[in-house]
Amino acid sequence: MRVETRWLGRLWPRTAKSRRAVTGYLFILPFILGFLLWFLLPALVAAWLTFFDWNMIQDPTFIGLENFRHIFRDRLFIQSLKATTYYTLGSVPVSLVMAFLIALLLNTKVPGMAVFRTIYYLPTIVPAVANAVLWNFVFSTEFGLMNALLRALGLPKVPWLQDPEWAMPALIIMSLWGLGYTVVIYLAGLQGIPEVLYEAAEVDGAGRWAKLRHVTIPLMSPVIFFNLIMGIIGSFQVFIAGYLITAGGPQNATLFYVLYTYRTGIQYFNMGYAAVLAWILFFIILGLTLLIFRYVGRLVYYEAL
Amino acid sequence: MATQSETVSVTRAPGARLPSRRLVNGERLWRALTWTLLLVGACVMLLPFLWLVTSSLKTELEVFQYPPKWIPNPPQFQNYIDAWTTKPLRHPGFGIYLKNTFFIVILNEIAILGSTSLCAYALARIDFPGKNFWFAVVLSTMMLPGVVLMIPTFVLYSRMGWVNTFLPLTVPHFFAASGGGAFFIFLLRQFFLTLPPELADAARVDGCSELGIYRRIMLPLAKPALATVAVFTFIWSWNDYMGPLLYLSKDPNKWTVALGLAMFRTFMWQRTRWDLLMAASTMMIVPIIVIFFLAQRYFIQGIVVTGLKG
Repeated sequence: MRVETRWLGRLWPRTAKSRRAVTGYLFILPFILGFLLWFLLPALVAAWLTFFDWNMIQDPTFIGLENFRHIFRDRLFIQSLKATTYYTLGSVPVSLVMAFLIALLLNTKVPGMAVFRTIYYLPTIVPAVANAVLWNFVFSTEFGLMNALLRALGLPKVPWLQDPEWAMPALIIMSLWGLGYTVVIYLAGLQGIPEVLYEAAEVDGAGRWAKLRHVTIPLMSPVIFFNLIMGIIGSFQVFIAGYLITAGGPQNATLFYVLYTYRTGIQYFNMGYAAVLAWILFFIILGLTLLIFRYVGRLVYYEAL
Repeated sequence: MATQSETVSVTRAPGARLPSRRLVNGERLWRALTWTLLLVGACVMLLPFLWLVTSSLKTELEVFQYPPKWIPNPPQFQNYIDAWTTKPLRHPGFGIYLKNTFFIVILNEIAILGSTSLCAYALARIDFPGKNFWFAVVLSTMMLPGVVLMIPTFVLYSRMGWVNTFLPLTVPHFFAASGGGAFFIFLLRQFFLTLPPELADAARVDGCSELGIYRRIMLPLAKPALATVAVFTFIWSWNDYMGPLLYLSKDPNKWTVALGLAMFRTFMWQRTRWDLLMAASTMMIVPIIVIFFLAQRYFIQGIVVTGLKG
């Protein structure tokens, strides 16, 4: 030990300031290496791949912008964009509104509140695979739970996963089961609203609706905004539901964007084109986020403190 | 007695607000409505779970009964044993999948707790040039969707011969380079910032090294935050499907529970055995629910910190 420290002593900087700098960098060294090797390097490889035709067996051939040109002829690319947009439009707004209402209900003092909060959160921790297996059965046309419920209401059977018209609504319903995560974030926001504001509103004669409209919603708008962005980012990357439950079908009705990228790259080994698809998704998400910041962000009320 | 209670009520009356037990009629109605709505919603949320468990206890014939029966009679606990033990030719079965999963989970716990807490402590409490830059880098890695890196990472691992090994699922975590790595660094940094800096300063005056401060003072104080990271890591590693699908699916001996369940769905039995699949799914969900109840406090805390300030 002694010898080692003496040997190290020569390299070890003298001043406290430079010593701190070296220690700091030693502490974050694992992260820096991780950033370079698992983030920057793959990103560069992905950029490089976009100009090549490569099936991982033969040598990559440089094809310039051919991969980008192919996009405009690719019917499945359009279909996967359509399916993903449909899913996003179906699941994000509904789950934002429903989660908000549930959070409002959960933010009261009625008996058994802790139990209720747990129940609403529980579905979000179910492993995605188990979730897929369960919902596959729930939507089974002949023996499934969903059609049993419809029957109890006197409605006819729906071929959920066999009909291109119904497959996507089925996956959207399934996604709503997992809105507990959004609820928890709303709840945290609701609990941060100072009680004084409600009292002041009451003094001014505000009723329930006025308090919600003029206190809760404005103060919650940053949280709603956050959940909107996270919801869109998440739903554009949905994969497992389409891969395990419907396998993209029927008739590519649930061919999600990431599923199409996965197939192109990992199953058909069309690496260059898959890299292009991945980058396009990145720019779509980035563009959407910026658009939302620009047009929805101005509705957000930030407390002037 | 009567006068006494009268005086009590009189002294209460001028109070600005009514005591919470005596609610106005409208308020009571409102509460009953809230409670009823919550109850209905909770039933809807629980219904798929109930469906899962009853189906897992049915005979194969009962599964195909329509309209479905809610209480299997007698409950087929044998389904759980069957789901656990049946295995196709040259497939090792769930015992091995469980062993593989635990191997990955434990390695990831060590790797992630170590790498992210080191980095987070430095970003919170050590002054070095470029600190803010590196913190910005941490945050920016959270912005890039994981899919963009999926293809090139797969290419790189194939070149390195890492496909069909546990390496892609474990090694990156030692470098905080996983989906959750940046998230955890951020969470822990926020926590370290809440600890009083005087503690570390006092130790520095006493000649304690930064590593010593981190190990002997900061880590013990950060136990709640580390527990949050540990719980998340367990759940993410246990639930992870994409990683094993990309890198382990060719070799059944290396499958995880998630991969095993997904594969069994398609080719385990000649026909779809919903009873056994539901039993296997239940077995995969139960450990997660147990962990959730044991560590509920840390869990919610983690979501709130990472979610709201992210």
